[in-house]
Amino acid sequence: MQKFTTVTGVAAPLKRSNVDTDQIIPAEFLKRVTKTGFEDALFFSARQDPDFVLNRAEYQGARVLVAGPDFGTGSSREHAVWALRDFGFDVVLSARFGDIFRGNSGKQGLLSAVVDEADVERVWAVLEATPGLEMTVDLESQTATAGDLTVSFEVDAYTKWRLLEGLDDIGLTLRDEAAITEFESRRAAWRPKTLPVKK
Amino acid sequence: MPVGRTLAEKVWDDHVVVKGEDGAPDLLYIDLHLVHEVTSPQAFDGLRQAGRPLRRTDLTIATEDHNTPTLAIDRPIADLTSRTQIETLRRNTAEFGVRLHPLGDAEQGIVHVVGPQLGLTMPGITVVCGDSHTSTHGAFGAMAFGIGTSEVEHVMATQTLPLKPFKTMAVTVEGTLRPGVTAKDIILAVIAQIGTGGGQGYVLEYRGSAIRALSMEGRMTICNMSIEAGARAGMVAPDQTTFDYLEGRDHAPTGSDWDDAVAYWTTLPTDDDAVFDAEVFLDADTLEPFVTWGTNPGQGVSLSDSVPDPTAVADPNERAAAERALEYMALEAGTPMKQIPVDAVFMGSCTNSRIEDLRAFASVISGRTKAEGVRVMVVPGSARVRLEAEAEGLDKVFTDFGAEWRFAGCSMCLGMNPDQLAPGERCASTSNRNFEGRQGKGGRTHLVSPLVAAATAVRGTLSAPGDLDDLAGTPVHDALLAERAGASPALAELAGGAA
Ligand code: SF4
Repeated sequence: MQKFTTVTGVAAPLKRSNVDTDQIIPAEFLKRVTKTGFEDALFFSARQDPDFVLNRAEYQGARVLVAGPDFGTGSSREHAVWALRDFGFDVVLSARFGDIFRGNSGKQGLLSAVVDEADVERVWAVLEATPGLEMTVDLESQTATAGDLTVSFEVDAYTKWRLLEGLDDIGLTLRDEAAITEFESRRAAWRPKTLPVKK
Repeated sequence: MPVGRTLAEKVWDDHVVVKGEDGAPDLLYIDLHLVHEVTSPQAFDGLRQAGRPLRRTDLTIATEDHNTPTLAIDRPIADLTSRTQIETLRRNTAEFGVRLHPLGDAEQGIVHVVGPQLGLTMPGITVVCGDSHTSTHGAFGAMAFGIGTSEVEHVMATQTLPLKPFKTMAVTVEGTLRPGVTAKDIILAVIAQIGTGGGQGYVLEYRGSAIRALSMEGRMTICNMSIEAGARAGMVAPDQTTFDYLEGRDHAPTGSDWDDAVAYWTTLPTDDDAVFDAEVFLDADTLEPFVTWGTNPGQGVSLSDSVPDPTAVADPNERAAAERALEYMALEAGTPMKQIPVDAVFMGSCTNSRIEDLRAFASVISGRTKAEGVRVMVVPGSARVRLEAEAEGLDKVFTDFGAEWRFAGCSMCLGMNPDQLAPGERCASTSNRNFEGRQGKGGRTHLVSPLVAAATAVRGTLSAPGDLDDLAGTPVHDALLAERAGASPALAELAGGAA
């Protein structure tokens, strides 16, 4: 996972609340066998409408999504985060997130930044005044800037540290590599082994 | 003085690689990782993306089960998604060097049947799999639990998992089971008692004289369904029954390793002064064959009881759930369970598809013919179980009876492969989940033991082996019978008689 410090990119206003994971990616896409390539599935139903924000020319290549409250509620599918990442998003700003979604996002390098509901409205106003405006999100200082407007956001200390260090769950565990190897060296001979195949 | 520890705590403690400080999880070592086609593709893909190897191929084993057909297994799989998942597993296991038992292999089968049968599942180890019924392996005194796809990737890459300790619950079953009452009835009764959320956050340890008296197959049936009580895992302390089952199996330890293992395993049972976080009790002496009437495994009654009346349920949420369940199941309160006719009987799944289960089923149906209009499927849990059954001539008993004798797999346990119920069909099933649509869209499931499944297949209505002397048929509930009247002339006649 890449280290997350500052992100600067086009910000798209998603003026809806309660965008659950089913809306982020419908169940029909869960049958796939890969962990990438879900960009076509993101907001699949909403994108059938040519006027949907992500279909508009000004928001192509967006990296920041500014959403209404209760983003990512519902089913625990990790695909919701994968789809947002595959589409190019690094940050979602919202006043409230689904718990599991927020947990999943931190593991995949997606920053779920909690912003005051009134600040979300302000950001929306700025973005709509200048469609295609870039925002800068600075994780260290926990601020997001659009034009002259700077808002602050909340992120839990543990997730922040992981993102800044670029550590996914596995990367984190592998910091204990020496301890794992030491444990393995003490593993009793009777414990099961699947190889070599015995008959 | 140090306080005693439970079985679960001992196994946990012996696998801590790094102790979590300040509320952080412990890093736990995983002894055995079981893999199947449904929950592994994204995990392998994640490894590939990150350029990571699979750390311990020698602690990993894969089999094909959920999506596999149980007929014509030599032909390409018709369903595209299923075929893709299976082909992906074959490619992935070849690329990462994982041992795979594919369809057609003598060791292929349901992942939870394969591990124990190879002697890989043993006491005092940790077992994980991307499948909730991994709890099955706890029957050996192993700490075994299901994990999600990102955890599957985590284990593949590191052979460990960061985990917070579970709480412990003692489920004590004392007494002697009456003839015809089995492990399945114990666990259905336990779930009916504590509810489908009763075990949440706990590892259940099944103890007491009735558990000690069970075979390994019976213990596996019980631990398998721990997850249906909401628990993370279920365990039974290892004893001579466990050792006898294991000794001589392909991957069981031998020589001095065996002696070391047994010496260690003998230290695992819960200490007398250990304290559980919760305790429940069940009386085995009075237990009867159990059957579910609703759409979760906690909605069960004794087979000799009737469909319960939802209006008698005090809790408004539970009452609503019961009403909805009865509507889905097309049942009326007050109907004796034994008067409910079925369209199908499914003998299989990781709960009850081992050789002992098939023997029990065969013992009841032997020399009889199935009820007219009832479809009976017998699906062994693994290719090896199938071979064993055939060596004993059980296949002949099944086919003479009029049952279909299939190849190994999850089959009609879940609607993911071609074996499914049609909408509205009712099935007595030895599997573990009776959720709406679990066995096929609109299908209705009654969870039962192999003995009850067999007696039901003979009589065509939910029955216990003890009912078989009375083959003339009981007065069948009219409304339910009307459903099936078209399908079976004999039952139509009975319905006419009853009306
Ligand atoms: S038999 Fe059923 S419960 Fe068991 S692993 Fe297969 S699908 Fe899951």
